Amino acid sequence: MPAAQFDYIAPTTVDEAVAALVNGGKDTRVMAGGTDLIVKIRHRMLFPTCIVNLKRIAGLDAISVDKKNGLTIGATALLADVAANKGIRRHYPTVAEAAGATANVQVRNMGTVVGNLCNASPSADNAPTLMAMGATVDIAGPSGGRSMPLDQFFQGPGVTALETGEIVIAVRVPPPPAGSGTAYHSLSQRGKLDCSAVGVGTMIVLNDDQCTDARIIVGACAPVPMRTRAAEKMLIGKRMTDTLIRQAAQTASEETSPITDVRASASYRWKMVAVLAIRALTDARQMALRKSTSK
Amino acid sequence: MKHDISLTVNGDTYTLAVEAWRTLNEVLREDLNLTGTKLGCGSGDCGACTVIVDGKSVSSCLTLAVEMDGRRILTVEGLAPSGETLHPIQEAFIEKGAIQCGFCTPGMELSALHLLKTNPLPSDTQIRSAISGNLCRCTGYNKIVDAIAEAGRRMDPPSKTGR
Ligand SMILES: Cc1cc2nc3c(=O)[nH]c(=O)nc-3n(C[C@H](O)[C@H](O)[C@H](O)COP(=O)(O)OP(=O)(O)OC[C@H]3O[C@@H](n4cnc5c(N)ncnc54)[C@H](O)[C@@H]3O)c2cc1C
Ligand code: FES
Ligand code: FES
Repeated sequence: MPAAQFDYIAPTTVDEAVAALVNGGKDTRVMAGGTDLIVKIRHRMLFPTCIVNLKRIAGLDAISVDKKNGLTIGATALLADVAANKGIRRHYPTVAEAAGATANVQVRNMGTVVGNLCNASPSADNAPTLMAMGATVDIAGPSGGRSMPLDQFFQGPGVTALETGEIVIAVRVPPPPAGSGTAYHSLSQRGKLDCSAVGVGTMIVLNDDQCTDARIIVGACAPVPMRTRAAEKMLIGKRMTDTLIRQAAQTASEETSPITDVRASASYRWKMVAVLAIRALTDARQMALRKSTSK
Repeated sequence: MKHDISLTVNGDTYTLAVEAWRTLNEVLREDLNLTGTKLGCGSGDCGACTVIVDGKSVSSCLTLAVEMDGRRILTVEGLAPSGETLHPIQEAFIEKGAIQCGFCTPGMELSALHLLKTNPLPSDTQIRSAISGNLCRCTGYNKIVDAIAEAGRRMDPPSKTGR
């Protein structure tokens, strides 16, 4: 079978990239690492007429960690660079872990965190942690720039809130609140290196041992990475005991609507959401307690 | 439309005109006759096509050749440029019996090089995680892990091994 044909542009500024997308229309596709895009083209799931490579835009791969402004991950920052970044590992350890648990070495050397989000797979390994930490995406487009919370960005499998001509230029994470703890747990067939069958990311905030805020996001068990709000509510305002964690994890599982697919059956996913939520909440509690005692 | 690119492979610079949809894997194998780089799955899963671009290991089956303009690429042929003196990684693979059919070997060796450059004396767990993107259907991996550990010892520190 002959390869699908397309043209290629490598703009050097965001404005040029946006212009190329506007001129090209909907069959012009953005590429960062290409680890989702090229696979889809090869598997004949997508037939773009033109590819706009973002990797030649200077500075778009910047990563910055700042006490006041939080973490900013540029659109072309590699999964490998996010996983290895000292500032992220120190101040946003779960963000680094999730990037490091995405795919394999080669794919992490090509693929990006922002590409993982824009691909909008319900199983995207970087989405749950970033959503739990209240991340926002910065968008550039023909009518200027805008930002939106990551949990409004995902609209369905493969569908984001981006409009024609828009690209995400960065994902930003606010500084973690005092007393917070985060964790991400996932399961997949080949260890951690293929797309996850289930993933749970969480951030909780403790004041003494009282939970004052909680976010639990489940990946791969709904059309989008999903907040389980009833489970979150059960934790807020209470002492975070093992019993309460188990009850909240069970509720989280009941809130999801997994399907059976090549990666796992629906019933397995339901069971595993509860298991992973227990692990994630327990780890997040531990991190929060450790941070408060080391102060 | 063809795009003019200039890339360096194993120290040699090539100027080529390539179609946008052709992969680095195709250009290496078909245009440059560097068939040491293999094609297995074509979708990023097996690692047989691994090459090193500007110091980073990547899957050449998912890399567009046009993107390689100005880049420096190392393939398995570049590990032993003379064709006579082998690279310590290659020697260790032979001595430890880490090669059976050999299809995974070029990719394994480049993943090994990528690891050993930043972590000369890795643990077995670190080796296994570094080659987790490289599938081998023959060896059962143990001998590959042994070979990479051995290569690391030989390459670091160079003075002890006389290299
Ligand atoms: C072998 C293999 C294993 C994998 N394992 C995992 C895994 O374990 N977990 C996981 O979550 N994923 C996995 N993936 C999927 C993929 O590697 C990740 O989703 C990766 O982060 C995608 O990033 P990219 O830069 O390569 O995206 P690309 O392929 O370049 O882009 C992905 C999509 O997003 C769009 N896009 C990219 N950047 C932007 C932007 N800045 N603005 C607007 N749109 C944009 C593209 O148009 C495309 O539709 C795997 C892939 C392979 C090949
Ligand atoms: S051929 Fe590229 S990863 Fe299998
Ligand atoms: S030696 Fe045959 S695939 Fe590895």
